[in-house]
Amino acid sequence: MSSHESDPRPLLLGGPALGLRLLVLAAMAAGLMVADHRQHRLAAIRDAVATLAYPIQWAISTPVQAFDAMRKSLATKTNVEAENVKLASDNLVLRLKLLRFDSLEQENQRLRAARESSARAVQRTLVAEILRVDLDPFRQRVLVNKGTRAGVFRGQAVIDASGIFGQVTRAGPYSAEIILISDPEHAIPVQVNRTGARSIALGTGRSGLLSLPYLPQNTDVIVGDLLVSSGLGGVYPPGYPVAKVTAVERDPGQPLLAVEAEPLAGLDRVPEVLLVWFDSAIVEPEPEAEPEAAAQPQPVTPAPAQAPGDAPPQAAEPTLPPGDAR
Amino acid sequence: MMHGTRINFGWGRVVVLTVIALAATVVPLPELLEPFRPNFVALTVLWFCLLSPRLLGLSYAWIAGLALDGFAGVLLGQHALTLTVIAYVACKLRLQIRAFPPLQQSAVILALLWLNEFLLFWIDGVAGHAITDWRRWISVPVSAAFWPLVAGLYARYAARR
Repeated sequence: MSSHESDPRPLLLGGPALGLRLLVLAAMAAGLMVADHRQHRLAAIRDAVATLAYPIQWAISTPVQAFDAMRKSLATKTNVEAENVKLASDNLVLRLKLLRFDSLEQENQRLRAARESSARAVQRTLVAEILRVDLDPFRQRVLVNKGTRAGVFRGQAVIDASGIFGQVTRAGPYSAEIILISDPEHAIPVQVNRTGARSIALGTGRSGLLSLPYLPQNTDVIVGDLLVSSGLGGVYPPGYPVAKVTAVERDPGQPLLAVEAEPLAGLDRVPEVLLVWFDSAIVEPEPEAEPEAAAQPQPVTPAPAQAPGDAPPQAAEPTLPPGDAR
Repeated sequence: MMHGTRINFGWGRVVVLTVIALAATVVPLPELLEPFRPNFVALTVLWFCLLSPRLLGLSYAWIAGLALDGFAGVLLGQHALTLTVIAYVACKLRLQIRAFPPLQQSAVILALLWLNEFLLFWIDGVAGHAITDWRRWISVPVSAAFWPLVAGLYARYAARR
């Protein structure tokens, strides 16, 4: 194999042998694609490839992370002091908020018990580090360093400290791929925290932008509204912040609003995320609540005045969709 | 640019070059530069096809493509298919391409890489998640521009004892 000059085989390649090999290999590739796309039958091959790829991905990611850590540890004293002051004041604010939290949670549980609905709060979380590798630049996906060995499963919700991050699309033994809420193939059921209006937020492929294309013209939504997860669909725990509305375009010629929102989670910034386990009971719509929600597009435009009267369940309990009760 | 008098190439070097190309595909870049990332795996496959199609022809292209699919987390088999197709064309036209002057060689490589990207685009569309962002085509001319550099480096590496 060291020298090809004295190779006795014919000089010109090609002919039937090469074409035949192309056909066979192409057919194998096509078979793989169909199997992978249609049936998701290739879990074993996927796991094997992911396991082989992991050490290399880890080897790429680690120096980058080490460099970041080094830069942080070399931060100047003034920076650290300033950060400390900020953290102390943040801590004070959070503690003040927490003072009422215990009693509110108790009250919430009593009320839920009275309504016979389960709490569906997050039960367990696991911190996972994001590997610093770039997957497809036009899809919003990241790789984390926890896999099925740590109990991660497909469809698991992922959050970070400020909001919903995404969900697990593929879990290998040691790593998992997460699709961000900003991926163009991702959609998350949300509701406007202020009014309870429900919709779906679609990813756009840009990490700072979600779009809500399915809100009717007369929906009460304004710039600055907080969008929280509605919990419909059962993938995400309800009531967690998702995004803030940044633009509402009311074009009277269009049947629907063009609403843009900015995700709250640090999709392209955070180094670690939380994988969450919660009681993901399938949410079944309450029989009498659903028609009302379907009739949500109210005939009269001044929605703020109209909303409390028209949709009492949403108005009464903004963070809890009517379909939540079981 | 690849007439090394004697090519000394063991499987160890093939694996090293393949792993480096795969790693270069996922090494983090600033977000603005990401679309400009050259397709190193395709360049490596083409180089091996032009160098020694009997040893590292279509089968190598297929395996490298499958590894790339696993690495990038896309549909299994799509890079395997597209790289095998361009490897076939490269193997067919190998003697002509090797005789071309560098600029013309880059032009042929550009055409092959464009075919590769077009097939990927087409497969994405059939699979139901087309990426219509025009920036996906940027990597094609960038990769072709990288061809003389990559081919030169590989030839040096191959000529080393």
